Amino acid sequence: MKLSCNAEEILEALWIAVEEKRLPALDPQYAGIPLDDPAYRELAERALIEIRQGMIYFRPEGREEGRMTIRRHRLAERLMMDVLNIRGDDGNHQACQFEHLLNEGVDVKVCTMLNHPTTCPHGNPIPPGECCHKARADGDLGVVPLTEFKSGQEGEIAYIQTDDNKKMQKLMAMGVLPGNRIILTQAYPSYVFRVGYSEFAIDTNLAKEIFVRK
Amino acid sequence: MAVDGINQDSLSHDGKPLRVALVGNPNVGKSVLFNALTGSYVTVSNYPGTSVEVSRGSTVIDGQTWQVIDTPGMYAIHTITEEERVAREILLHEKPDVVLHVLDARNLERMLAMTVQLIEANLPVILVVNIMDEAERMGLKIDLELLQQRLGIPVIGAASTRKRGLDEIRVAISSYGTQPRIERSFPYGRLLEYDISEVIWLMTGEYLLSRRSLAVLLLQGDEEITEMVRHKEGDGYAVLAEKVREKAFERRDSFHLDLSLQRNSIVKNIIQGVFSEPDKRVITISDRLSTWSVRPLTGIPMMLVVLYFGLYKFVGEFGAGTVVDLLDKRIFVDIVNPWMITTVKEIIPWEIIQELFVGEYGIITLAFRYAVGIILPIVATFFIFFSFLEDTGYFPRLALLVDRLFKHFGLTGRAVIPMVLGFGCDTMATLVTRTLETVRERVIATLLLALAIPCSAQLGVIISLLSKETGALAVWGVCMLLIFVLVGVLATKIMPGEAPVFYMELPPMRLPQLSNVFTKTYTRMQWYFIEILPLFILASVLLWLGKVTGFIGTAINSMTPVMSSLGLPKEAAVAFIFGFFRRDYGAAGLYDLQAQGMLNARQLTVAAVTLTLFIPCIAQFLVMKKERGWKVAGGIGLFVSLLAFSSGYVLNQFLLLTGIL
Repeated sequence: MKLSCNAEEILEALWIAVEEKRLPALDPQYAGIPLDDPAYRELAERALIEIRQGMIYFRPEGREEGRMTIRRHRLAERLMMDVLNIRGDDGNHQACQFEHLLNEGVDVKVCTMLNHPTTCPHGNPIPPGECCHKARADGDLGVVPLTEFKSGQEGEIAYIQTDDNKKMQKLMAMGVLPGNRIILTQAYPSYVFRVGYSEFAIDTNLAKEIFVRK
Repeated sequence: MAVDGINQDSLSHDGKPLRVALVGNPNVGKSVLFNALTGSYVTVSNYPGTSVEVSRGSTVIDGQTWQVIDTPGMYAIHTITEEERVAREILLHEKPDVVLHVLDARNLERMLAMTVQLIEANLPVILVVNIMDEAERMGLKIDLELLQQRLGIPVIGAASTRKRGLDEIRVAISSYGTQPRIERSFPYGRLLEYDISEVIWLMTGEYLLSRRSLAVLLLQGDEEITEMVRHKEGDGYAVLAEKVREKAFERRDSFHLDLSLQRNSIVKNIIQGVFSEPDKRVITISDRLSTWSVRPLTGIPMMLVVLYFGLYKFVGEFGAGTVVDLLDKRIFVDIVNPWMITTVKEIIPWEIIQELFVGEYGIITLAFRYAVGIILPIVATFFIFFSFLEDTGYFPRLALLVDRLFKHFGLTGRAVIPMVLGFGCDTMATLVTRTLETVRERVIATLLLALAIPCSAQLGVIISLLSKETGALAVWGVCMLLIFVLVGVLATKIMPGEAPVFYMELPPMRLPQLSNVFTKTYTRMQWYFIEILPLFILASVLLWLGKVTGFIGTAINSMTPVMSSLGLPKEAAVAFIFGFFRRDYGAAGLYDLQAQGMLNARQLTVAAVTLTLFIPCIAQFLVMKKERGWKVAGGIGLFVSLLAFSSGYVLNQFLLLTGIL
């Protein structure tokens, strides 16, 4: 069963206190949730935390759960900022709500879409998940702009990110459509790529708007 | 095969000749097909990025005269660039009886998207799958029969450079319309279909294109189509516009992408089983050559070799040296002029009229001699060089190589074509600046062409003049380069506007067909000659008038202070007065001065620099006015003249001070 929102908040606060601030335990008053909140009982019953003399400690299973919770929170922050372009307090607030939805594989999708980010917008580390390890092991760059490709590298076009409709149409007229194979044959002085049996040259401005998957 | 004039029975029922329009992506061989169909070597003009004109020719198939219309390349019915717009005009307003969609067999999948659009627009389309020979060499297989079935239109495989498929195309054109046309459309997704039908439902006007395709174009926000529909719909337009706005807003994020993806999947279904490719890509020699030409390490030396042998050796030394010597000295000065002078003097008794034809500024002794003896060989060799290079597919590669550099001047690599063409004829190049995308690029390119790019005739004369004095050519070259860079960088800083974007298709490198190169050269020469000869004659007449009335003497005298501030003898003013008519005319004037030994090395260099920078010839000025408007053209003219003389002054002082020359 899913944890309640408050329970997730407590886990996050505890994880930050223990893992990042190197404190032995979390004082509930810093979690912003009073000790009589049912969320503490919920966590204790699931054997994720332990409460001794008014202080919160991780149980071994709780540490892993906390890690995944903080990961979801920070991924949500990244999503808010990078993709949805919501910043500041509002972004943080939205992220708090959003993270609770990132369960059951959704976090993997988001993480992959964001190309396995390592830090949240505030610079705090995002604990890597299975998908990140796997991507690293496979040497999978994930989705990157064409400018990150080396010459000779081949990939699939993932998406085009541009505000300019005309640019988008130019690219599409060249056959730069999501799903098509693309081979970068040269990266300097201009980007030269092949789609199908045609070759095209574009400048950096256009190249950085084409996102490709290896 | 080409016929002039149209006889009565070859007309269709409404009194106009039948028309067939060639459309398609750039570089798919439309022009070659046009030539092959019309058999005319008169109106070839479609080269990637060098022409925005439409050319027309005619042919007779089965006793019926057809007008064949060649259009600039376009990528889709929804147009982005000026050339595409020109091409679409034909489809929108000329109601062609047959539309030949020419595409490149190797890129069937990508280019079929446009075939689908043309069919959707309810145009009478015949599909020509061209360049089959190269596709076969690469191991690609295309089932044309199946493709024809799926599309519901005639499909013909061709290799127009080898005249393959030509007869089938002729048959298809002439028998088109005899078979009933099958109304066929390729449905998009349900939601998109719904949106389109809602827009169609509000349209009441009569159009040449199908309402369905117009509805899609409206949703794409095509300005020209919107304007046309507004005009046709009248009062009902407001409701329609509201609906389009509403739909466009709903789909604001991804309409273009959705549409392209859906078209792509339509095409994927069509070519399923039609198109098959080998497992391994075949790498040809042309692929290798292409790679070498774009890698900076090999590409830059290659560029220098091309420029040295092409421009310097072939155009400069051979064209402006050997051929000019032969034509001007051996033929005109030694044979034609003396003979003409005696003949004219025998026929016409009045000395003043004799002067007009065979005098100092005579139409025959000066205008014709300059045009034919000096300018023609230079321009001809340049156009041979340019057309050859163009057909190899080298220019787009040069463009990508210099793009980064050109960005500093507010231009993209695309501008390399007008710039190189400018070394042939600045007037023609100014016309071609139309292919640049933003107004800002066009203005900057126009300015640089007017200022620092000498045309071939001028260049030829200047090279042959200055190469006689050691160092003079180098000083001139450095000056030009410096001013080009300086003005380019400044113009970029001063002129408002967004940074330009560079994109270009690279056609495969090919060994040009000589017949094609000469056809293009011939066409360009013809254009050039029609443009210059009247101006030369006009100049002769005006100069003659000036001499007769004593105006020239006054003008030369009044320019003496300017000339002396440049350290030049007052006779040099003549070259500048000539130069106003045509740059090359002015350069040729310098040639005469030098031949009379009136200029030393320093004076020659100063005069050459000033004259190269000086106001463009009348023809170029008129084209500037036509393309950019009075204000811009006038501004550029004024700026260029001021800069020319001040640069001449500074250079003269510099040379006097340092004593380099």
